[in-house]
Amino acid sequence: MIVGDLSRRELGERLAGEGLALQFGPFNLRIRSNLDSFATHAHQLYEPYPLPDATEIVDFHVQISAPSGLRRWVRRQACFGVDGQFPFAPYTVEHAFPALEWGINWCVGTRAHYLLMLHSAGVERDGRAILFPASPGDGKSTLCTALVHSGWRLLSDEFGLVRPEDGMLLPLPRLIPLKNESIEVIRKFRPQAVIGPSFLKTRKGTVAHVRPPVDSIRRAQEAARPRWFVFPRWVADAPLSFEPMPKSQAFLMVATNAFNYEVLDETAFRLVTEMIRSCDSYSLIYSDLDEAVGALDELSRASDG
Amino acid sequence: MAKRDDPTRRARRLLLEALRAPEQLPALPPADWELLLRVARRARVLGRLESALDRANLLGKLPPRAAAHLRAARNVIEHRKTLISWEVNRLLWALKGIEVPLILLKGTGYLLAMLPPARGRIFADVDLLVPEERIGEIEERLVERGWFKTEIDPYDDRYYRVWMHEIPPLRHRERGTEIDIHHRLLPKTSHLKSDPAPLFAAARPLADPRLRVLAPADMVLHALVHLFLEGDPDEGLRLRDLVDVHDLLCHHGQEPGFWAGLAPRAHELGFQRPLFYGLRHAQRLFGTPIPADVLRGLADAAPAWPIGALMDRLIPLALLPGHPDHPSRLATLARWLIYVRAHWLRMPPGLLAKHLSHKAWLRFRGFRKRVDLAQLDLKQQ
Repeated sequence: MIVGDLSRRELGERLAGEGLALQFGPFNLRIRSNLDSFATHAHQLYEPYPLPDATEIVDFHVQISAPSGLRRWVRRQACFGVDGQFPFAPYTVEHAFPALEWGINWCVGTRAHYLLMLHSAGVERDGRAILFPASPGDGKSTLCTALVHSGWRLLSDEFGLVRPEDGMLLPLPRLIPLKNESIEVIRKFRPQAVIGPSFLKTRKGTVAHVRPPVDSIRRAQEAARPRWFVFPRWVADAPLSFEPMPKSQAFLMVATNAFNYEVLDETAFRLVTEMIRSCDSYSLIYSDLDEAVGALDELSRASDG
Repeated sequence: MAKRDDPTRRARRLLLEALRAPEQLPALPPADWELLLRVARRARVLGRLESALDRANLLGKLPPRAAAHLRAARNVIEHRKTLISWEVNRLLWALKGIEVPLILLKGTGYLLAMLPPARGRIFADVDLLVPEERIGEIEERLVERGWFKTEIDPYDDRYYRVWMHEIPPLRHRERGTEIDIHHRLLPKTSHLKSDPAPLFAAARPLADPRLRVLAPADMVLHALVHLFLEGDPDEGLRLRDLVDVHDLLCHHGQEPGFWAGLAPRAHELGFQRPLFYGLRHAQRLFGTPIPADVLRGLADAAPAWPIGALMDRLIPLALLPGHPDHPSRLATLARWLIYVRAHWLRMPPGLLAKHLSHKAWLRFRGFRKRVDLAQLDLKQQ
């Protein structure tokens, strides 16, 4: 069963009642909200996501709700909650949807320490994955969005989840939040991409969410083997540069771009070492998305056979 | 009313049964696991459940999702242990040449003395007890060697320095670990007298002779004083602290003379009331084996009838987390009452009124409590 099998009314009732159970890759969530605007966005953007079996343990219980008590009449706000706790300052009600999306990432980043969590986008084709470890602002979400609308499967735009037992990447194909200029860039690049409403003046500027292609969501339980590390950097008007990177440098860049490298200690060192050994690493500087996608397509074709 | 209390009772029963009999956990149905994971996270005992199940070799028999959450807690705890041990190592380096005994308190002490409560316990920061007259020298040296005084407003700084039992926390520039330096176990303003001198005299040295931990009885008493007098109005009483006490009693209770000396030591330090409450509730909640004559010997430390009956009701309410989706108003009230009681014991009424009205003024003006993301992250385990 997927979210799309529920009518808008059923979805709203679940959100306002016991909660809407959703499966995002390795994680089961239960989302509650008494905000009508949130239900509308969720109905559009979560449509292809599966609901977990009723007998499955839910990992994170989150909510985005109007504050209780007097405050709800003073200012229209939305509070992000997890397990009945409200750790952050309230958001304006217009930003409820991006706030919940961000809150879910916060839950993953602070709780899923049984996995190595690289700060990295990831895509896959023919069973081989590219990881794009990068700092915010290097354009990994934009590049990743372009790739998943060009025949690659989305693993994640934010989390490189590595399973310690076998070094495989676990997909977490969540909505991709594009920021500011990237939104227009992607609209031009693939007019058919499903992009949600633009949320203005959030804590990160204007944000709009791209829904990953249905195939990526359907195959969310299919782990992928890492094959390449590509360190992207978007530079205005720069000519395409795609250069091999020494393994020692790549190692440092992966280890320093992780959410929990220190927490996993020796396991993290072992996993990153193995990945760097078995992957080829490149640095990519680009200004034009078509050129960048072309270079990565070429890379995957050249390694065939 | 009874029906609405059901989820609360179910959450508490699950948590207590898990702590008391972890060997039963593999048989738990998934829906119960889901709730147990949530309340155990709130009470910060996920790591303890993991360590108990690991020792019983039962981790492989759990639902994979439950095992994953426990594994995550373990990984964070192991990492914190490394950080805290390293911070103590750096402290010893920084304080070289200053001849002062450092008594490691709470988690840091359990860890370095390799005591049972350290198993599966989360370690937030390093807690030290040092003689008050040496604090200036120690603080100055640490600031020279890379630690800095965390930024707090002048009111809070004065609050610490004039009234409290510790100085504002120090934090290392690169490592970010916090050090809390105490000179006594309770605020200077507290109703309970708390002369720290006997604690120093009885402290026991660790392998490195500059490091000490409190003597067994003092360690139990400190854990209880911390539990009952360092409340947080939202969190209530920290179940985690009572679990520590249970572990310490089971461990030190084997030592000859421990039980006979416990109540007299509590009288000497003025901590007989916290000991009375602690033993009573450890036994009620966890079935801690406590000799009957020790409890009888503490009968004179019990509060008078109406207060005693009230506290018997309030303490478990404030200790045990409820159901996260069905907050209980009664428990919220109990947590608040216990918090006010703790403050009442920490400060004389005039000062308390001044302090609380200052805090209320800040809230009214809209200053939210600063969200410390690092501390918040730790609470997710």
